[in-house]
Amino acid sequence: MTHSPLFQRDREWHPPAYSHDYKTSVARAPRYALLSLENTISDLSGPRFGQTDIGALDNDLLRNYAKDGDPIGERILLHGRVLDENQRPVPNTLVEIWQANAGGRYRHKKDTYLAPVDPNFGGCGRTLTDDQGHYVFRTVKPGAYPWRNWVNNWRPAHIHVSVFGPSFAQRLITQLYFEGDPLIDKCPIVKTIPDPRARDQLIAALDLNATVPLDAIAYRFDIVLRGRRSTFFENRPEGN
Amino acid sequence: MPQALPYLKETASQTAGPYVHIGLAPGDAGFDIYDQELGRDITGPNAKGDAITITGQVFDGTGATVKDILIEIWQANADGIYPGEGPVEEGFRGWGRVIPDFDSGTFSFRTVKPGQSAPDSAPHLNVWLVARGINIGLSTRLYFSDEPGANAQDPVLAMIEQTQRRDTLVATLTGDGHYRFDIRLQGDNETVFFDI
Repeated sequence: MTHSPLFQRDREWHPPAYSHDYKTSVARAPRYALLSLENTISDLSGPRFGQTDIGALDNDLLRNYAKDGDPIGERILLHGRVLDENQRPVPNTLVEIWQANAGGRYRHKKDTYLAPVDPNFGGCGRTLTDDQGHYVFRTVKPGAYPWRNWVNNWRPAHIHVSVFGPSFAQRLITQLYFEGDPLIDKCPIVKTIPDPRARDQLIAALDLNATVPLDAIAYRFDIVLRGRRSTFFENRPEGN
Repeated sequence: MPQALPYLKETASQTAGPYVHIGLAPGDAGFDIYDQELGRDITGPNAKGDAITITGQVFDGTGATVKDILIEIWQANADGIYPGEGPVEEGFRGWGRVIPDFDSGTFSFRTVKPGQSAPDSAPHLNVWLVARGINIGLSTRLYFSDEPGANAQDPVLAMIEQTQRRDTLVATLTGDGHYRFDIRLQGDNETVFFDI
């Protein structure tokens, strides 16, 4: 398969590695400049996933860890599309999510927050986009929780999202937030992103048209991966 | 005003956070949820070529081990073919996830040594790192110390102006099929990371 090269990643749109108010980044941020490379087959190729990789309940967080009932919390549908910067859908790509439960507690052996673990909630899901790039999850809305950055920092309710795309250089992990949450603008992790428009793009919109009446409220979150250049009038050297 | 260009902007990255394992490796978070976790086996059962084991640690700018790192590997098979780009062995995915031991921070994984994926390109693994405190995933490559001839021809290594920094991308053969590869996020001998 031949792939066109990707658009240059806009490093002024993404958060820089070093953000002094997100303290953990200070010792984990490279100090030297990144080495800019043209795309090669190593970057334009990427892993493929299929329906045999995932289970039938994997996108239903209300059920995929339920032991004796539904998890506690506000039932939500989270749906949207994975597109590229050319506005083309990204079909058959793996989308993985993870989140805290409705009380703001993660099912992780390293999380010691005093809010209780929910016996019926695992907190992760995965799915493949359909041929138009659509995905959907059912879950509970996660709670806000405190974290040690300053003594009094609270993460806004958020869901972590991991996406692949056809090329490994499109690999992306981000977090989505929820429309109307007053904690978003106070969060040092959100504010690692310098451009307010890029922050707004991480806020899932309340989508009343997609709610299931008397059952679950819906939020819509579209994800955009790097686009691909057209290669008109270009001679591409062999082995590129 | 000129016409508006019809492009979208890429969704901005956010840190994978301390609990990345819940989503991408729940067994390491301490619970069992999926029938199969993805990325546990890079090569599948039928891979040709030399079986290798790579062991290492990731260090922060203070020299401390980064124990909550998650590493993804993407590689060609022993013939230098990436899955999806040509025929590979049945079950060869070429992609995997590597999580260090939470106490020691040491990671270790098995795979096969890749072939050359392009005429001048030395055998290498593509490496992508995410963790708490990493705002956008870091890309680098792992080359092999027992390929000095191919490494000397490699156009990516040749791009590294400070020649002594090239060694940060070369895993050291320590024994039969065993390599050591440490990654330094910051500080002395900082690993070369790419904007690809």
